[in-house]
Amino acid sequence: MLYRENGQFKTTYGSDQQLLPITQDRFFVWGVVALAFLLVPLVASDYAFRALIIPFLILAIAAIGLNILVGYCGQISLGHAAFMAVGAYAAYNLVIRVPGLNFLVVLALAGLVAALVGIVFGVPSLRIKGLYLAVATLAAQFFVDWMFARVKWFTNYSSSGSVSPANVELFGWVIDQPVEKYWFVLGVLVVMTLLAKNLVRSHIGRSWMAIRDMDVAASVIGIQPLHAKLSAFAVSSFFAGVAGALWGFVHLGAWEPLAFNITLSFNLLFMIIIGGMGSILGSYFGAAFIVVLPLVLNQLPNMLGIPMSTAMISHLEFIVFGALIVFFLIAEPHGLARLWAIGKEKLRLWPFPH
Amino acid sequence: MKLATFKALAAAVSVVAALGSGAAFAQDKGKAPAKAAAGPMEQFFPALVYRTGAYAPNGVPFANGYGDYLKLVNARDGGINGVKVTYEECETGYATDRGVECYERLKTKGPTGATVFQPLSTGITYALTDKTVTDKIPLITAGYGRADSVDGEAFPYNFPLMGTYWDASDILVQHVGKLNGGVSNLKGKKIALVYHDSPYGKEPIALLQERAKMHGFELLLLPVTHPGVEQKATWLQIRQQRPDYVFLWGWGVMNSTALKEAVATGYPRDKMYGVWWASAEPDVLPVGADAKGYSGVTLQHGAGRAKVHEDIIKLLHDKNQGTGPKDEVGTVLYTRGMISAMLGVEGVKRAQERFGKRPMTHEEVRWGLENLALDQKKLDALGFAGVMRPISTSCRDHGGAHSGRIHTWDGTKWNFTSDWYEADQQIIQPMIKKSANAYLAEKKLPRRDCAKELTGG
Repeated sequence: MLYRENGQFKTTYGSDQQLLPITQDRFFVWGVVALAFLLVPLVASDYAFRALIIPFLILAIAAIGLNILVGYCGQISLGHAAFMAVGAYAAYNLVIRVPGLNFLVVLALAGLVAALVGIVFGVPSLRIKGLYLAVATLAAQFFVDWMFARVKWFTNYSSSGSVSPANVELFGWVIDQPVEKYWFVLGVLVVMTLLAKNLVRSHIGRSWMAIRDMDVAASVIGIQPLHAKLSAFAVSSFFAGVAGALWGFVHLGAWEPLAFNITLSFNLLFMIIIGGMGSILGSYFGAAFIVVLPLVLNQLPNMLGIPMSTAMISHLEFIVFGALIVFFLIAEPHGLARLWAIGKEKLRLWPFPH
Repeated sequence: MKLATFKALAAAVSVVAALGSGAAFAQDKGKAPAKAAAGPMEQFFPALVYRTGAYAPNGVPFANGYGDYLKLVNARDGGINGVKVTYEECETGYATDRGVECYERLKTKGPTGATVFQPLSTGITYALTDKTVTDKIPLITAGYGRADSVDGEAFPYNFPLMGTYWDASDILVQHVGKLNGGVSNLKGKKIALVYHDSPYGKEPIALLQERAKMHGFELLLLPVTHPGVEQKATWLQIRQQRPDYVFLWGWGVMNSTALKEAVATGYPRDKMYGVWWASAEPDVLPVGADAKGYSGVTLQHGAGRAKVHEDIIKLLHDKNQGTGPKDEVGTVLYTRGMISAMLGVEGVKRAQERFGKRPMTHEEVRWGLENLALDQKKLDALGFAGVMRPISTSCRDHGGAHSGRIHTWDGTKWNFTSDWYEADQQIIQPMIKKSANAYLAEKKLPRRDCAKELTGG
């Protein structure tokens, strides 16, 4: 009844092509953004910010990046944590070697460096597909792990191989309180989401999807696989690089190569599979699922007042988490984003379904 | 009308949450949530443990020792001068991000917030070092952590009590030097460092390189990737290079794997020396008698039971209140967990001498840890006679003690086989200074002035 677009006439091309053509959607999204910027800082605790919300926001950026590559362009990658690592170490080196550089510039440059590395590791995608490509991108993971552990220059000759940059500073604003970190990361996420959303609607995005659906047919209608695939790798790695820099600087504060190991790559892949491939919104759902759920499960027995040993809680966390992943994949193979879409469809017909 | 329902629900939830957490919000926002001591007479100790994952065999005895000692303080002494000790565990699985999450989860618990954190992971220590400064919570890293954090002027909240990896590797070099009739005779020798490829394993490299330059021995660096079950390539290199000694800097299953590989390669175990995290029961028991002759530097204590262990058995395990199995009491890592807890408790006690017999805030505990003075008499009273030597810290020296001895596995148990060594501070101090200064420069932080603080207060 409320969610119906009757009477919303589109009289210009602009209104027809806008990001959210339905008025209710627009209000809803604006509402969510306003809530996120204004209400959440009032409500959430330090713990919620540092342990749940900030990691969720940062990994959502990385998941969007991976979704562009896997969900939109159909090129599978098992090495996305490596591109995050490239972004993090690039940002670290920029900060310590070029003093006084604005952090937003650092972030953009870190993304660009990651994009370059992404292009290099994307080259095999021109010849190989599917599982074989997955194995090739695995090489990125191992190579980057090795490089940052071995080449001392990247870690500024730190004796332990762990790097810890100073707090982020933006136009004299030192971002060290959880709330400030939250605002900063949220701001970046909003910009990146807009960027991604518009990219996938553009001709570039359409060329990615054409390649995904059938690359031979795509090349017949004039889409160059070289451009489409490599641009997907570049954009995707750019997102990962930005997310990696934020992960290191804003979330961890100090990290070693292990922080970007293959587990993170797998987690990113799970995020988009559970959240929904080929959906920006799904990246959010997936990131929330993977980041927040294990922590909730871990604390549930304590909250309910069930006495349980620490080891038992951890084992249960793994079991239940695994079971839930299986459950969601069976219940909705297209991911949580699909459930959301179904909900919206139903809402249109409510309360008089045919 | 799903959307509207959802919105209404969300609004309701957020209002309730806002009401509920309004009070918490006010406390959380401050940089140091130092609450007044008006609450219950309790001192809260967070425990970052790992009872699952690849490092559980080593993490479990440590966690049990830590928990048992805190229980003992309540059972034997009735708390810390009447302040009851409470503690809660949080599982990190040795993963840095989970360690940070646990830190955030536990730091505001208890009437005065978390007393002191002891993450038992060098990686987590690195990640927490900055956060503890912001939150003003001390971080004890007894026998691990950043070697340069001994410098209390640069790291006001880090306490690498009893020894760092630079101390450990220095003692090992001194020991093998002594076996050769003096460190100068190490010239031309070859020492291989088989290390866990993480901040933990990389810590000693700087000192060993310094020593290698001084004495002219060759240092082979052989990293082993986490979790360390695959070491074939490493031991192939050892077979080819035939180093005179192998220093083992592993953790968890990596240590026993290394010993098994040494047996398979035929590398003599009595030429192998482990750091104190690589010379405990879980490391040698899987290899059993084949590990005979393998030695390690100790963090002062070895295996075996002292009076404090007897107290734990009498007051806790005999009443079924022990944290782990009874026969674990007195093993190397159990005792280390116990000592770590004791150091935290003694920090509180020392702070109480100055600030009064009530629950201490973490800022006050930091003062206590910085002015720790455990003499032999106090140690005897606590039941630690023969376990460790007196330790005293200062603003400049957050380590407090830098000595150790060697113990050797005879196939069934650990025996001390050397005299006490003192890590050579002539070599280590300048390195600490240099590294700490680099840290301060990178972080754009000022250096504390100990001299000023001493005269001022």
